[in-house]
Amino acid sequence: MLVVRDVAKSYASAEGQVPVLGGVDLDLAAGQSLALTGESGSGKSTLLHLIAGLDQTDRGEIAVAGVGLAGLDDAGRARLRRDRIGLIFQQFNLIPSLDVAANIAFQARLAGRHDRDWGQHLAQALGLTPLLHRYPEQLSGGQQQRVAIGRALAARPGLILADEPTGNLDEATGNAILTLMLTLVTETGASLLMVTHSARLAARLDRRLHLRAGRLADPDADRVTS
Amino acid sequence: MIRTSLGALLSHWRRHPLQLAMLVVGLALATGLWSGVQAINAEARAAYDRAANVLGQDQLDRLVPVDGALTLAEFATLRRAGWAVSPLLEGRLAGLRILGVEPLTLPRGAALPGMPGLATTDFADFLGGRRVLVSADVINSESLASPEVATALAGMTMEPAPDLPPRTLLADIGAAERLLQSNGRITALLLDPARPLPGPVPPGLVLQGATAEQDIVRLTDSFHLNLTAFGFLAFAVGIFIVHAAIGLAFEQRRPMFRTLRALGLPARGLAALVLAEMLGFALVAGFAGVGLGYLVAAALLPDVAATLGGLYGAAVPGELSLRASWVLTGLGMAVAGTLVAAGHGLVQVWRMPPLASAGDRAWGMTLGRSRVWQAGAGLGLLALAGLALAFGTGLWAGFAVLAGLLLGAALCLPAVLAAGLAAAGRRAKGAVAEWFWADARQQLPGLSLALMALLLALASNIGVGTMVASFRSTFTGWLDQRLVSELYLTAESPAEAAAIRSFVEPKVDAVLPILSAETPLMDQPGEVFGFADHATYRDNWPLLLAAPGVWDLVARGEGVLINEQLARRAKLGPGDSLPLPGGSLTVVGVYSDYGNPSPQAMLGLAPFTKRFPEVKELRFALRLPPDQVPALAAELQARFALDETALVDQAGIKAFSLRIFERTFAVTGALNTLTLAVAGLAMLSSLLTLAAQRLPQLAPVWAMGVTQGRLAGLDLARTLVLALMTAVAALPLGLALAWVLLAVVNVEAFGWRLPMQVFPADWLTLFLAAGAAGGLAALVPALRLMRLTPAKLLQVFANAH
Repeated sequence: MLVVRDVAKSYASAEGQVPVLGGVDLDLAAGQSLALTGESGSGKSTLLHLIAGLDQTDRGEIAVAGVGLAGLDDAGRARLRRDRIGLIFQQFNLIPSLDVAANIAFQARLAGRHDRDWGQHLAQALGLTPLLHRYPEQLSGGQQQRVAIGRALAARPGLILADEPTGNLDEATGNAILTLMLTLVTETGASLLMVTHSARLAARLDRRLHLRAGRLADPDADRVTS
Repeated sequence: MIRTSLGALLSHWRRHPLQLAMLVVGLALATGLWSGVQAINAEARAAYDRAANVLGQDQLDRLVPVDGALTLAEFATLRRAGWAVSPLLEGRLAGLRILGVEPLTLPRGAALPGMPGLATTDFADFLGGRRVLVSADVINSESLASPEVATALAGMTMEPAPDLPPRTLLADIGAAERLLQSNGRITALLLDPARPLPGPVPPGLVLQGATAEQDIVRLTDSFHLNLTAFGFLAFAVGIFIVHAAIGLAFEQRRPMFRTLRALGLPARGLAALVLAEMLGFALVAGFAGVGLGYLVAAALLPDVAATLGGLYGAAVPGELSLRASWVLTGLGMAVAGTLVAAGHGLVQVWRMPPLASAGDRAWGMTLGRSRVWQAGAGLGLLALAGLALAFGTGLWAGFAVLAGLLLGAALCLPAVLAAGLAAAGRRAKGAVAEWFWADARQQLPGLSLALMALLLALASNIGVGTMVASFRSTFTGWLDQRLVSELYLTAESPAEAAAIRSFVEPKVDAVLPILSAETPLMDQPGEVFGFADHATYRDNWPLLLAAPGVWDLVARGEGVLINEQLARRAKLGPGDSLPLPGGSLTVVGVYSDYGNPSPQAMLGLAPFTKRFPEVKELRFALRLPPDQVPALAAELQARFALDETALVDQAGIKAFSLRIFERTFAVTGALNTLTLAVAGLAMLSSLLTLAAQRLPQLAPVWAMGVTQGRLAGLDLARTLVLALMTAVAALPLGLALAWVLLAVVNVEAFGWRLPMQVFPADWLTLFLAAGAAGGLAALVPALRLMRLTPAKLLQVFANAH
């Protein structure tokens, strides 16, 4: 589902170019889940953004479902995100002008794959049915993240990318949210790449990778399974 | 502490230079347009004061002839009879206003500009007609170059007198008589206020109060009030920009305010510092605005001067001088506008507890919560406008209707747009379309101030445009009706008139004498005309109201026609009685008389001659085939040496009248365009300040697969839609404004009412202008969005909120 080869990325700053990723390789099979851990500034989110096509690599190759990102222009990368990737952010990043129902359906409708029954099932599974006509500002953090998960899964994408999905939530809520997410990801058969600080949460996924200063720090960690 | 705190407060503006620029530019523009109008008004009023004070005319009563004839011989007779009168001769010569006085008999209250500075020998020269006083602009003017004036002034020394109004020459009455070739006729006799009248006013003369000469001030007041209203509208539109910039700055600095309070700065100190900061900006922008106002006024003053000269005969110089009055008023308005715009924020700072939420609340959201309250207040103002229309009287009631209408509609706009966007959203198909409408609704509070400004600018454009176009259309048609005759000529003497008449009679279809006499009509200075009973009038004269058989009644002397101004002011109509010298007459018709502010009446030729036997036939209208006009005009000029003022062809008068008309509205047109430009700037200001807040709303949509280019396009379209919806809302408002201008304000200001006509093609132009204003304002933020680096958008996911 996902192939990353020798990916490097640096950003310009006042002190010059600051390297963030210095040659990362990883593979993620269909239906598999992978936790990406590391310190702040280690490049976890940057790698996630590059995989999502939200930013472009300086070097290396990324392919999602066999489609290489390097050959895609902005419109092509946007189409790839729309059709094949579901994104979940730490800050939820819901669309404030749309209600819960419209937020959940948004990406699926963009991709032209809106399935009303599946949407209703997701809402029920996520406990959002009574909240469908509320707006994001009227929801708690945990409720907002459940909407974000619903939105990411509504189009049944092949790859879910989650950036600290429980980072803004308390432990109990975070656990509950992760359980819901893993259950639904398994149900859809999607692959999951989740960035997290928490070793405890990472342990609940199929595989773990650790990034340190832009490089995979311990290749053996790749063999660890839950 | 103060310095440190102020430094912290000001650091915000260093980080947000665009916000600061919008604040200063908005305030400077608002002040500039207001100051420009005030500078024009101040210049014109100073000119009226100078004109009125030349002879202390505003303080002196005068005796004027009933029929326009008064001679130096009658002056001498009255002096011998113990009347303390002094002769005054007024006239025009090649564009110069000639004033003739007799300094030795002038009452004490009559001030003569330049006279005190004259040496004894010069004064003797003045009395001897060898020296005249002229306004500063006359010395190098074209008037002096004309052979007529050059010959008349030969041998005279011209002494500049700065206090004289423009284009004025003051001379001893003897010299003035020679210049004007008045043959002993004078205009009026000035009365010494210190001496009681020795007896009843002699027959043939009427006593005219001192205030009569202030007519020009009364007449032009409405014009200046109109200008002030437009200036204030432009100021209000500019203040919308200031309010948006200040409001956003207050919201963004909320955490800083809280920190300063937490660190020990008392609420009073913080509010005082913010107030001082605002006043500092107000003064800087105020000075810039006053400078801008000077430029605006200098550009518009020539048109205003031409308008006032053409409409009211008021002489206003075309050059602007810097006057303390409007400079200080401009600065005062800048400060007042800033305080109004910042008032709400200042109160919030004053009341803010140290533990207030540090959240950078969306400025638009704060405004959005007050939408219902706003709409309620707007409806209340609309109701008040309705009450002012139903029960108010006078020009101020008209302006109260306008103010209530505009402000009420502006306050209702956000609610109307929100309803329209919600309706569009319900019909939308597809995720992006639904988001588009929902997002537009969410942006509405942040943009509503700018949209209100756009609504006001567009409505005033539609309103004034409709009024001007209605005026132009009616005025052109009216000119065709009024100026039917092909040639108009004025003889210098009855003998010349008789000679001309016998010369032209065989060559033309008809010779129509026009007689006139100045006489009070319903206690106001007016003019009565005598005209021939001819098809020219019967078939063409623009009658608004008429009794059956109107023309026969007038011809037989059984009725009188009056102009609309007199009818409205004195509330007269067909069947009413009009007092006239020689007895009252029944009003049998009312005619439109655009461009003339004074009351007027028309009698048949025979009845007129019977009532005003002293008035001789000097003016004629000639009917002849148009193709023969140039030849006859050339013949008349060759034979009788008639100058350009004595022989006027119809086309010339029409062209002149239309030229004056166009210049009259050039000023309001310019102010309208400037107001629209300010509204465009208000939109740009709001969009730029909102752009930073937009990223968290746009980034998730981008992340889910909508390209930056498409997002930028949608953002542009959203602003265009809002601008066009505002334009649609502005249309009925503008038409209502036009109706109030035509049916209420103009009637009060000028005394006539024009039929309202609508010009849909002009609306299309304005819709395009609204689209262009919105499009241009949205273009910069849209281009910025399109060029935004992914890193910038990704920051949203890293540290949103």
